[in-house]
Amino acid sequence: MKRKIATANKVLMLKVVIHLAAFLPLFNLYTLAFNDLLGADPVQRVIHFTGIGAFNLLLLTLTVSPLAKKFKQGYILPVRRLLGLYAFSYAFMHILNFLAFDLQFAWSLFFNEIIKRPYITVGMIAFVLLAALAITSVNRLKRKMGKSWQSLHNFSYLITVLVAIHFYWSVKSELISPLFYFILTLILLAFRYKKIKALLLSIVKKK
Amino acid sequence: FKTTPLKYTPDTNPDKLILTPESKVISHNNFYEFGAQKQQPQELAQNFNVNPWQLTIGGACDKPITLDYHDLTSMFPLKERIYRLRCVEAWSMVIPWIGFSLADLLKKVAPNASAKYVLFETLDDPEQMPGQANRRLGGGIAYPYVEGLRLDEAMNPLTLMSVGLYGKTLPPQNGAPIRLVVPWKYGFKSIKSIVSITLVSQQPQTTWHKLAPKEYGFYANVNPEHDHPRWSQASERHITTGGLFARNRIKTLAFNGYGEQVAHLYKGMNLRQFF
Repeated sequence: MKRKIATANKVLMLKVVIHLAAFLPLFNLYTLAFNDLLGADPVQRVIHFTGIGAFNLLLLTLTVSPLAKKFKQGYILPVRRLLGLYAFSYAFMHILNFLAFDLQFAWSLFFNEIIKRPYITVGMIAFVLLAALAITSVNRLKRKMGKSWQSLHNFSYLITVLVAIHFYWSVKSELISPLFYFILTLILLAFRYKKIKALLLSIVKKK
Repeated sequence: FKTTPLKYTPDTNPDKLILTPESKVISHNNFYEFGAQKQQPQELAQNFNVNPWQLTIGGACDKPITLDYHDLTSMFPLKERIYRLRCVEAWSMVIPWIGFSLADLLKKVAPNASAKYVLFETLDDPEQMPGQANRRLGGGIAYPYVEGLRLDEAMNPLTLMSVGLYGKTLPPQNGAPIRLVVPWKYGFKSIKSIVSITLVSQQPQTTWHKLAPKEYGFYANVNPEHDHPRWSQASERHITTGGLFARNRIKTLAFNGYGEQVAHLYKGMNLRQFF
């Protein structure tokens, strides 16, 4: 019993840390941006910050279960939902920044760009999938969905790959950072080698 | 870094252009030699030493010359030119440059009959320019930075050799001590911290064109009808005052609004092919 409470406390602490580490930078970013203290072009800054932030959080989410396995700390698994939801929130702000501050609600241009620019198309597909995961993260839906919930949430691997492509494709010249992120993505997927192989095989078989 | 006031003839600003605040002009720079992030040149260029400086003008001409630091601001009477600057990344500014016509400089060296293009080169000094020493910081482009113009573009009265902005000599992040300003072309054509100008007979290979020939052409004329493969060039965010909520998206003008002065240079050319 005592042990259970200690674990619950640890999870709570972890969640508080995640809330602070994810929310405060975002709060700080927009406070500066709204007051025109974020350089000459705050628009570019907020777009990049939220984009890379979403990617970081996505990768962090994928780090939880390998860590839990390696150090036999299964109690940390529940923080995946919180991290994933923050990744979604950052991604949402990333797109909202693009629409509201960069394109300034030129809706036709917004939809045009999504269709016309492959790197934006790829990013948008990743976002729609991520939104599906965020919506189904509610406990009641999770219970209702049964086995299909896990199948749906296996899309997190595909999402991460799509985001890595989106980032790589979006830069003007400096390729070192996107390559670094690509390698991180591959390492995290390598931990799930067997699972991903089985997933891919099952797709091939269905056909 | 210390800038000094210049003597010049002010621009009367007949088009009543609204200037981008100086603080933004000197803090938002694409100058990969000092870092690929917009704020990095201001942070990393302040120890840049521009005196002594040598600018060599040579190649296919009869009277090649080399200018030193003092010559840059004393050889020609200086004039202010308030120009729109349109970046290929779809943002823009309005900047009061100070300088002299490139045409005046080129006339001095007397280009000969084989001079068809002008090749410009930025200083190559990795010790002073951290972006040249570090691939990640420098955005992975080839150094030294080179740019070029056709001779008639170079001789156009709009084409400016700039030694200052906002009444003072250039800060290093804006290309001290001397840079090119070609207002009807995307900003990357306006090469900074120039050490050599060479008259050549062939169209030169330029830095961004070499890196991504499908994205950046040799001409790089501002053209709202020709998109960059990854974004639209039909409109731009015009950086003036205001933060995140500034409603500053405006339509991009052909030749950045300087068509009257320069469109004739491209008569009969397919601007989609020669972008």
